[in-house]
Amino acid sequence: MTDVAESGPLEPQARHVVYCGVCTLPPEFCEFGGTAKKCEEWLKENQSDLWNRLYSEEALSANLSTLKVSVQERVAKDAAKKEAKAAQNEARDAERKAASKIQIKRVERNKRKYVTVVIGLEVHGLENKKVAKELGKKFATGSSVTKSPSGTEEITVQGDVSEDVKEWLLDVYGSKVPEANIELIEDKKKKKAEA
Amino acid sequence: MFKKEIPPSNRSKVKSSVARGLRQRLLETYPGFEPYIEEILPKKASLEVVKLPERATLYTIDSTPLFFQPFDGPPIPHLKLVHKFPSAIPTLQIDRGAIRFVLSGATLMAPGLTSPGGRLPDAEHAIEAGQVVGIKAEGKEEVCLVGVLKAGTEDIKSKGKGVVMDEGHYLGDGLWNIHLD
Repeated sequence: MTDVAESGPLEPQARHVVYCGVCTLPPEFCEFGGTAKKCEEWLKENQSDLWNRLYSEEALSANLSTLKVSVQERVAKDAAKKEAKAAQNEARDAERKAASKIQIKRVERNKRKYVTVVIGLEVHGLENKKVAKELGKKFATGSSVTKSPSGTEEITVQGDVSEDVKEWLLDVYGSKVPEANIELIEDKKKKKAEA
Repeated sequence: MFKKEIPPSNRSKVKSSVARGLRQRLLETYPGFEPYIEEILPKKASLEVVKLPERATLYTIDSTPLFFQPFDGPPIPHLKLVHKFPSAIPTLQIDRGAIRFVLSGATLMAPGLTSPGGRLPDAEHAIEAGQVVGIKAEGKEEVCLVGVLKAGTEDIKSKGKGVVMDEGHYLGDGLWNIHLD
């Protein structure tokens, strides 16, 4: 915590503070973050000397001795509750991610002209606005975030690029987006040029 | 103040004259930052401003948050900046029991400061209401909350109850978790 790092060529006076990789707080506050167990593991792996200091027997007992027993119990209960909640949230999140599909739709705009609509990226931790911009750059077409009638946001890319969008998504964001969750949909089933 | 996650929003470059004004204002409000000002706000760096909810603004350089400014108040340093220069602003200390409330966004109340684990400055170093202070915690090294004091430290001592600070910026709030890339 007190290790001073050189952070610039001029006046290296800034302290360099280590932040927990799990909950982003300074490690001494991890116990209040709701993911205490994971934080501890992370710290042990990545900053072992700090871990020794914060999680040694003496440090723990020193922490506890400053509080009354009844308060201690309440705090422990609170922490447990918080942790359970965080775990539950995470589980739910993962489930939602697995269940939700990214739809790539080809929508007919004007007889032989199409737009491609991408729905559901935000669930997988991507930012619609940024992805839209990138898509526009990639395909050199107009690409924007629009509100669908149901109120959710979707990306509209001009031109029929559904196959390419899928490939590109897997290429660039393959780690975030499982292939099984991408669906190609053709709105007007007139001709089946692709496939 | 920033209990909710902050949605990504537009940012824009700051005119150099405005940047100069901000620098002036900072040095007035925080004499403690004076030795470090070149490191925090280099003259060359391009300062950017990000809009936050509740008409607050956040000043950043290279995607690192530096200061945020509520609509009607002085600029307040971001906690990461406070961690880098811990001696720049005055600090108080709360007892261990209060930490969990502070980190979940409660307003800071006087008993957390007046109890044995807390620490308030002596009478001659008293801090007036309206000043920006950092709040440390018993048994911890880092500051966990910054904000504007609602009551002077002498008042806190004599009354021993009531609100000390609300609308602060605490560890793990929306501003702390903001993504700026």
